[in-house]
Amino acid sequence: MSEPMDFLLLVRGTGFDVALTIFVIGVVLRLFEIFSLGRGVNLAEPRGREFGPGMRTILTRNVPDPHTFRRQPLTVVIGYLFHIGLLISLLLFVPHIELFKETFGFGWPGLATPIVDAAAVITIIALLAALWHRASNPVMRRITRAEDWLVWLATFLPMLTGYLAYHRMVDPYPLILGLHLLSVELLLVLFPFTKLMHTFTLFIARWYNGAMNGYRGVQS
Amino acid sequence: MANSKTLGESLRRHGVTRRGFLKFCSATASLMALPPTMVPAIAAALERAKRPSVIWLSFQECTGCTESLTRSHAPTVESLIFDHVSLDYHHTLQVASGEAAEAAREAAMHENQGGYLLVVDGSIPLADPGYSTIAGISNVDMLRETAAGAAAIIAVGTCAAFGGLPKADPNPTGAVPVSEIIRDKPIVNVSGCPPIPVVITGVLAHFLTFGALPELDRYGRPMVFYGQSIHDRCYRRPFYDKGLFAETFDDEGARKGWCLYKMGCKGPMTYNACATAKWNNGTGWPVEAGHGCLGCSEPDFWDAGGFYNALSIPTSDVTGTVVTGAVAGAALGAAAALLNRGTQGEAREKHATVTVDDLEKGV
Amino acid sequence: MSQATIEKGINAFKEQIDAPVAAFFSSCVSCGMCAEACLFYTETGDPKYTPIHKLEPLRRVWEQEYTLTGKIKKLFGLTEAVTDRMLSEWQELLYDSCTMCARCSMVCPVGNDIAYMVRKAREGMVASGNAPEGVRMASTRAVRIGSPMGVKLTSLQAQIRHIEADTGLTIPIDVEGAEYMALLSSMEIMNFPEYIGGLAKIFAHAGISWTLCSTAFEATNSGIQIGSSDIARELVQRVVDGAERLKVRAVISPECGHAYTAIRWEGPNLVGRRFTFKVIHILELLDQLRASGRIRTEGLERECMTFHDPCSLVRKGGVIESPRNLMNMVTENFVELEEHGKWGWCCGGGGGVSSNEEAAGLRHKAFRRKKEQLEASGADALVTACANCRLVMEEGFEGYRVEMPILGLTELVADHLVTEEGSGEPPEKR
Repeated sequence: MSEPMDFLLLVRGTGFDVALTIFVIGVVLRLFEIFSLGRGVNLAEPRGREFGPGMRTILTRNVPDPHTFRRQPLTVVIGYLFHIGLLISLLLFVPHIELFKETFGFGWPGLATPIVDAAAVITIIALLAALWHRASNPVMRRITRAEDWLVWLATFLPMLTGYLAYHRMVDPYPLILGLHLLSVELLLVLFPFTKLMHTFTLFIARWYNGAMNGYRGVQS
Repeated sequence: MANSKTLGESLRRHGVTRRGFLKFCSATASLMALPPTMVPAIAAALERAKRPSVIWLSFQECTGCTESLTRSHAPTVESLIFDHVSLDYHHTLQVASGEAAEAAREAAMHENQGGYLLVVDGSIPLADPGYSTIAGISNVDMLRETAAGAAAIIAVGTCAAFGGLPKADPNPTGAVPVSEIIRDKPIVNVSGCPPIPVVITGVLAHFLTFGALPELDRYGRPMVFYGQSIHDRCYRRPFYDKGLFAETFDDEGARKGWCLYKMGCKGPMTYNACATAKWNNGTGWPVEAGHGCLGCSEPDFWDAGGFYNALSIPTSDVTGTVVTGAVAGAALGAAAALLNRGTQGEAREKHATVTVDDLEKGV
Repeated sequence: MSQATIEKGINAFKEQIDAPVAAFFSSCVSCGMCAEACLFYTETGDPKYTPIHKLEPLRRVWEQEYTLTGKIKKLFGLTEAVTDRMLSEWQELLYDSCTMCARCSMVCPVGNDIAYMVRKAREGMVASGNAPEGVRMASTRAVRIGSPMGVKLTSLQAQIRHIEADTGLTIPIDVEGAEYMALLSSMEIMNFPEYIGGLAKIFAHAGISWTLCSTAFEATNSGIQIGSSDIARELVQRVVDGAERLKVRAVISPECGHAYTAIRWEGPNLVGRRFTFKVIHILELLDQLRASGRIRTEGLERECMTFHDPCSLVRKGGVIESPRNLMNMVTENFVELEEHGKWGWCCGGGGGVSSNEEAAGLRHKAFRRKKEQLEASGADALVTACANCRLVMEEGFEGYRVEMPILGLTELVADHLVTEEGSGEPPEKR
């Protein structure tokens, strides 16, 4: 009779604990895996530096080269909408901030919920567009593996359940809140072992790119 | 003892006018979200209704539910109804004690076999029936025995409805709600710790008027009272939507009456009528008094994390998990790093220098 | 004689994978933006030419060998091994359709340096015997004869005699203690000997002591193109030995783009030590001489001219401003291509593609991108600084029936040198 509440308590307690443990262990493990492979010392006489250009590339890759943008605007627009919407939904929704505050000991101001709601709607639409684009664009189809679909689903479900929970579209509320948490837990568990890791590794990748090019005097 | 007087007679004897009675009927109709056209029908039904016999069993409880009901202010709808029922057994309220009390219960059961209402507050211990007994009878036995002849059961309070505090982790007494023991009788759960008095009288009025129990939600609670969440009916909801929150109980936000979500208010997950029915004769309710909702009308609310932790905060120790995970991750990561370096080193050792003589595949 | 095997190939992949590669593969979200930066995709529309797709064999080895999930997948047989058949299939993708121009490395949103990984993937292709025949032959000639085109010292000496006769200048060979040792590419010796004459004129004009080296005149490095560090090392070692024997202060890389990256950027890492001499690109040197006033030019080209940036010079070499300074020194109507400098498009013939006959058809198609931008620039003539780019574009123009002369920047500068002492005005500038 009290299954939804039992379910909510499970995903808010043990479930979250297990998922978070796998997530943290996985991410740290993956970083070790990456850095353990090392990088040879460059003996060529440098023309530029590594650190600064690496950091600059971390920033500049947020903006596409205008010509490339013109060739494939959809990927860029969808990517922007989805990422910005996701970040707003994740980081500026007060209930989420409370969770971060509990975890890290500090919080930050949130946005009014209608704004977060709008961001969530944009994110969901952008994700659906991304799915359609991935299924219809020949290049993306060629390079898409099962993992890409899985990663899409793992990202989409928390958005969808979060939206349904916020709008209380599923009764009873503990059920949908529980499903929202469960989908987040699925995301956390998959995160370190899929390309969701790009959330962290893209900074490493961009830095390496910027640094290796910066060494040769090219700002990449 | 139950007698055969109708409700109409009883009310008139208490000096309630026809006008007052109809007013009560209208209030009942609106309370239960019935259309105004139903008022005459309610009046007629109540006029003719017989004083029902009520047996009240208290098991593992704190008497808070009884307190809540008896302290409701007169003359309210609930008191009118409450004064009318024939409360034949209630070991807190009745004068008789010991064998006399039990004899009253048995007499009521016998006289009204199949027609009396059974009200239960408190949960029932199953780990050892000896944890809670009345007159030497274990709770579970008394419940089974009394429920057998009841027309319906009203589980009052979260303990009787869902197990409540006694069932809180680790549930030392093996407490269970009424619904886990009695499966063949209609049960209405009037959850809350304590429940709102008007809710139980509303259920009684419904039972008297229609001879049936009201529509229930998935937790067996009357939809009329538990159909909407505290959050959806909260007068502080606009502050939640605007992102205005009290951060402490004595800050500017708290003084301005902003949303108490961050202070642990469980309003979003709690279904109850507090925000509309209010407490203490309509003077206020917890959120209005400046304290977040504890979620007391929901199952397992005692185990739903700290009362002062936001609903979005997991019940586990997240910081601890992150730290432990990071340490474990570093240990496993170091092992994985060694493996990777081993693979890479081995490949470098196995490297056979490529010369232009080695460019073709062997046939 | 040993032979190439798939085991050696996979071993090479394992050796080559480093932290950047792991970070790159971990970050790829299969967005496909790299395809939009690749002329082999844009000009054919065939998605198999998507740059990151070309790295699938390397990615698979990375996943199977260096990630926990990959190891588990491998244990349960959930992942396919990289086979010789797969690598044969990928030959077209890693060689015919990739010039390692690194344009994709510039656009990848997550920052993957794809060209860096293609270079590494080719190590495995070579070790497993999956390099294309044309590229293999070039490497063999480079190691055995001394030049990928089979140019021997005697051929060079013959060309030198012609040039000396034409210019009246001496082309020094094996002069110990010269300041600079110039390297040449075979294409310059055989197809564009005017480059050598240009060098002689410029150095005479600027009063610079220089020399060629009889044991190390060839600058191109087929080892880099085929993707074998072992072969590349052998070729770089010749230059290092020659430069150290002649005790020069610096080695001048010819215009040829990949030769520059080979000696300048890969060289010290291949031989495993820092060079005792400097390496400078001819355009960098000319720009330095221009800035210090040691070369003075007169007259400006009146035609509208544009400049093709060899990928290896700009994106991969960092020689970006020098050619522009020099263009402005000798032309009055220099127009940039719409995408230039580090954003320039490849001619389609770098990275060994031009020596790979099987890729000729594809290369011709891919050249259309460059051709269209060149036409859109409205220029009457094209200047570049790489004999390979020049030859590839000349062929491309022929195929597309485009009439546009192609000039080498060094010769162009040499042509404008002030000839008689004191007679010239300081170079005009716009």
